[in-house]
Amino acid sequence: MSSKRYVMVVDTRLCVGCKACVLACKSENNVPDGYCRDWIVEDIFGIFPNLRAEIRSERCNHCSGAPCVDACPTGASHVSEGGVVLVSHHKCTGCKACIAACPYDARYVHPDGYVDKCTFCLHRVQRGELPACVGICPTRTLHFGDANDPSSEVAQLLRTRRAKVNHPETGAEPNVFFLT
Amino acid sequence: MPLTRRDFLKISSAAVGATALASGLTSKIWGLDGDPVANPGTDGDTVVPTLCELCFWKCGVLAHVKHGHVTKIVGNPAHPLSLGHLCPRGTGGVGLLYDPDRLKKPLIRRGPRGSQHFEEVSWDEALDFTAKKLLEIKEKHGPEAVALFSHGFGGSFFKHLLNAYGSDNVGAPSYAQCRGGREVGFQLTFGAPVGSPETIDLENSRVITLIGSHLGENMHNTQVQEFATAISRGAQLVVVDPRFSTAAGKAKYWLPIKPGTDIALLLAWMHVIVQEKLYDRDYLEQYATGLEELTAYLLDKTPEWAAVETGIAPELIVETGRFIAGARPASLIHPGRHTAWYGDDAQRARAMAMLNALVGSYGRRGGFYLPTKLGVPKYPGVPAYAHKPKPAPDKPKGVAYPFADETLAHGLRDASFPGTAAYDIKGWIVYGTNLMQALPEPRKTIAAMEHLDFILAIDVLPAEITGYADVVFPEATYLERWDDVAVTPYKEPYIAIRQPVVAPMFDSKPGSWIAKELAKRMNLAEFFPWEDAGAMVKKRLEAGGFDVAKLKKVGVHVAPHKPVFIEEGLEPAFPTPSKKIELWSKQLADAGLDPLPKYTPPEEPPAGQFRLLMGRTPTHTFGRTTNNRFLSEVFSENELWLNAAIAQERGLQNGERVWLVNQDGAKSGPVRLKATQRIRTDCVFLVHGYGHKSNGLRFAKGRGADDAALMTRVRIDPLMGGTGMNVNFVQIEKVTA
Amino acid sequence: MHRLPVETVTTRLNHAIDPSLHIWGWEITLYLFLGGLVAGLLILTAALELTRRQRPTSAALQWMPLVALGLLSAGMGTLFLDLEFKLHVYRFYLAFRPHSPMSWGAWILLLVYPAGLLLALGSLPETTLRRVPLLGRLALRIAAWSQQNRSLVLWTTIAVGAGLGVYTGLLLGTLTARIQWNSAVLGPLFLTSGLSTGAAFLLLCKLDAVERALLLRWDLAAILVELLLIAAMLLGFASGGASAQLAGAALLGGPWTAAFWSLVVVTGLLVPLAMELLELRRHLPLVALTPALVLVGGLALRAILLAAGQDSGYRLLP
Repeated sequence: MSSKRYVMVVDTRLCVGCKACVLACKSENNVPDGYCRDWIVEDIFGIFPNLRAEIRSERCNHCSGAPCVDACPTGASHVSEGGVVLVSHHKCTGCKACIAACPYDARYVHPDGYVDKCTFCLHRVQRGELPACVGICPTRTLHFGDANDPSSEVAQLLRTRRAKVNHPETGAEPNVFFLT
Repeated sequence: MPLTRRDFLKISSAAVGATALASGLTSKIWGLDGDPVANPGTDGDTVVPTLCELCFWKCGVLAHVKHGHVTKIVGNPAHPLSLGHLCPRGTGGVGLLYDPDRLKKPLIRRGPRGSQHFEEVSWDEALDFTAKKLLEIKEKHGPEAVALFSHGFGGSFFKHLLNAYGSDNVGAPSYAQCRGGREVGFQLTFGAPVGSPETIDLENSRVITLIGSHLGENMHNTQVQEFATAISRGAQLVVVDPRFSTAAGKAKYWLPIKPGTDIALLLAWMHVIVQEKLYDRDYLEQYATGLEELTAYLLDKTPEWAAVETGIAPELIVETGRFIAGARPASLIHPGRHTAWYGDDAQRARAMAMLNALVGSYGRRGGFYLPTKLGVPKYPGVPAYAHKPKPAPDKPKGVAYPFADETLAHGLRDASFPGTAAYDIKGWIVYGTNLMQALPEPRKTIAAMEHLDFILAIDVLPAEITGYADVVFPEATYLERWDDVAVTPYKEPYIAIRQPVVAPMFDSKPGSWIAKELAKRMNLAEFFPWEDAGAMVKKRLEAGGFDVAKLKKVGVHVAPHKPVFIEEGLEPAFPTPSKKIELWSKQLADAGLDPLPKYTPPEEPPAGQFRLLMGRTPTHTFGRTTNNRFLSEVFSENELWLNAAIAQERGLQNGERVWLVNQDGAKSGPVRLKATQRIRTDCVFLVHGYGHKSNGLRFAKGRGADDAALMTRVRIDPLMGGTGMNVNFVQIEKVTA
Repeated sequence: MHRLPVETVTTRLNHAIDPSLHIWGWEITLYLFLGGLVAGLLILTAALELTRRQRPTSAALQWMPLVALGLLSAGMGTLFLDLEFKLHVYRFYLAFRPHSPMSWGAWILLLVYPAGLLLALGSLPETTLRRVPLLGRLALRIAAWSQQNRSLVLWTTIAVGAGLGVYTGLLLGTLTARIQWNSAVLGPLFLTSGLSTGAAFLLLCKLDAVERALLLRWDLAAILVELLLIAAMLLGFASGGASAQLAGAALLGGPWTAAFWSLVVVTGLLVPLAMELLELRRHLPLVALTPALVLVGGLALRAILLAAGQDSGYRLLP
């Protein structure tokens, strides 16, 4: 059992919503046309001319208490290295219980029949690279690393900046954090 | 009484005590297989460094090739412009390379012009025919009767061809339709244009002021990288924009200015700074002239005066003026890029340049750097051009734009109407620019083409303009060709190369090959003594003493840093006539133009109409990429931004389709309405590059609205001939079935 | 400033996920309905025998466990149809995941078959069993065992049936990401509805007067309980916080309101309740319409909760 906890930290102050993360992910992971594993949400608050904006690059939260893993009847959805939530394609029946269980609607059915979603590019991380979205991001909005390592960039960001997660009330304990 | 998931977990765990054991038994013992981490397998067998051409910034990229197929494109960490990161378009090169709508074979027109009726022919036939036509024009009208419209790095070979042929009439819409006004304004003030990449040190700025520039939506990789770095270092933004742009969303001050009144605001800011002596006195004393004249001129340009014009409260003008000056010299008034707005654009750029001068940012960290670049020798043995061409006929007879320092693309178009300019243009070569969207007044473009003897288009995709050509050459994409060595003036001196990643698909050919083949057929072979562009690049690099093998492997060579800031010991040169920063411009006075920027109130849109503004989205480069299916996954059509309150007043629903009709009756295709809080009530906004009509662009055709088609009116900049295009008004009509 | 965004733009457009979740359709509706119905049939068949302390005499009841297993197979068939990766269906039985109701369900389904078969073998006449090809002898031996251990068989059937009935509700109820399903009422509600539809199904068959009277009473009780549970569910929505309010919105003024009230509450519960009361008080002859309405109501309940609940995700909340 590894004691790593991989997290992503998204600095919303820097994000311009360019979608490079979305496309880099699609290329890296061969995501089929019409599907995406990460996406941009732009929220506008207020009334002209008193406006405020928040732009977030979102994806699977790789929750520490992942409801999708609990919902999976076959063990296809599982917790892998560093707490990364993965779907083993060869074990997935496509029953979609995990999709319904995900409070963040981060999963979809791949046209080949299995359920698919963000993997934090664990195949890259395992060989010491960053997830594709983090690697491409021109504004360096995205940060990735081991939150259990106090010297890591993500741990420092989480210590020094104000961070939030999407819908903490789900109790799922997401591991994608948004700096505001 | 909600049952939480946790409750269920507790119940289910408790209810079956043995389940933990059972669970352990299940996958471990029954499951014969584990959970290996899947690898999507998109890493290339080979990774080729090259230069992107999805826009014109020329970022270094690494293309992954697997079994001869480009699987993905990522940033080249060694390249100063990408630093390993890319904008969304950079990744999308794959969508261009494998676009099913690419031009595949040479085409010769068989139907009337614009009928998009072509026959596929062999390269020999197409090249022979083209050479014959061009030689005929040279014979009958002289070589200057052929004009080249070009955009993109690959155009260099056709410029060379045209110069060898005897004409220097090369027009790029990127000048008079885009950044020309800015270049002239800065040239007049500092003696040098801003150029591309803009010579700005965004990353070290402490206050960044954007005048209509929407960085982040306007996605030039390095600039956006530095913009974000600046924000992360605590830089503050002042964003002047009628629209709540992405940048405005990050700004300390968003000033939703009335469109067309920027000069009033800039003058009032200068008024505040000069009156309160917030400027950099030492800097100005050392480097600038004309402060006295400026001070006198600004006396009545008060915040109160500007408030009436701009709709921005005078207190806010004072506050932001002080704020901008407070961060000097690392206070950057961004020069912008697309600046062909109102016809007084060079003067607006002057005002922005002067404001930069007042805060002493030019030549300073966090302001403007003075670029350095590496020299690469020319290819040895290329003869000098024999013929000295006549000056370009790019202005109407009797008209002068004294400070135009590049050829006006629309001027060359207009010279195709017989007898209107110094001499007539009879043939066009169009390389990589879709004149139907790149120039305003597209109807005029169509009418001009009626008068031509010959049109050649070289492109990757069947853009609208190719439908009007007599011959269309399918060019290989940037991933399939060599281009010339890229020598870019920048903060760091460097050179980079574009090299083929895969072989050209279909029957497409590199532009360099096409130019050489045409040259051979026009007795100009001596001007193309290299075997191919790759050999040419190699020889140039060798002549410059560069390590060719290393460049091919790394894609870029960066030389040691040289001083680019005053702080680094650089003694700045201002190549103006006075060798100083010219706040008051003698050059303009001598030409009978305003030596200090004059504010002219914009024409008001008639009741029920809105000023049409256009801009960018980070995912696309004009209409060039709107057929790119991969990029379109995240942005597939433009929307008409309209103030939500106005939409409600008009009974228009967010998301419904509307038509735009402009003051001259020009009508757009149906476009989706974005009813939003993010824009003023007197203007509407479109992302440029949509509403394609070419049948060949099977994906893009009919998506969204074409802003260029609604730009039937332009206001010409008297300094440099730029076409101000934000002077068109539209009304909105519901789409009726 | 303001807490709620006035405008939200997202680039996400995944099929069946965006703009609203739509992963389960008629297949799962039918599966949930048949699961509940089968649970009801098994429980009631066993309960009738327990109550009357005698093996069923009517052919309908003798065959009912087998009919139920047939219906369950049909339900499993539609469940199979819904699977996106049908070849991997065997994976359900290579794992038991105690936290996954779906896994529980898969295994419960497997338990229902032997239970139902045991019940049936103990109910069917010997003459019928003798005719079972090849396995007649075995059938008779099992039937004998089933009859000797009748009490165990009956209670096992009831337990397995209840498990099945509760599970169909729990399956949705534990998917708390769908805030509308996030209600403890869902399990009992689906079980009760299953009993009610089971009774209705039985009432459509040829039974003796005593069986009929018992079932009618039980169905009345089930309908009353179901009404109470629905009331509890709606009260929970109406009196809860923002997310509960939103969860209930679809049924209380939202897009599914008309269908829910007309099909489930009125057609499926109130009208049958009135008709069954009339029948009991006035001893009117039973018409087939009443049970038919109950069945329609049971189907509608699942269809509406399934459709409305899927789309009640957190994305609707600020």
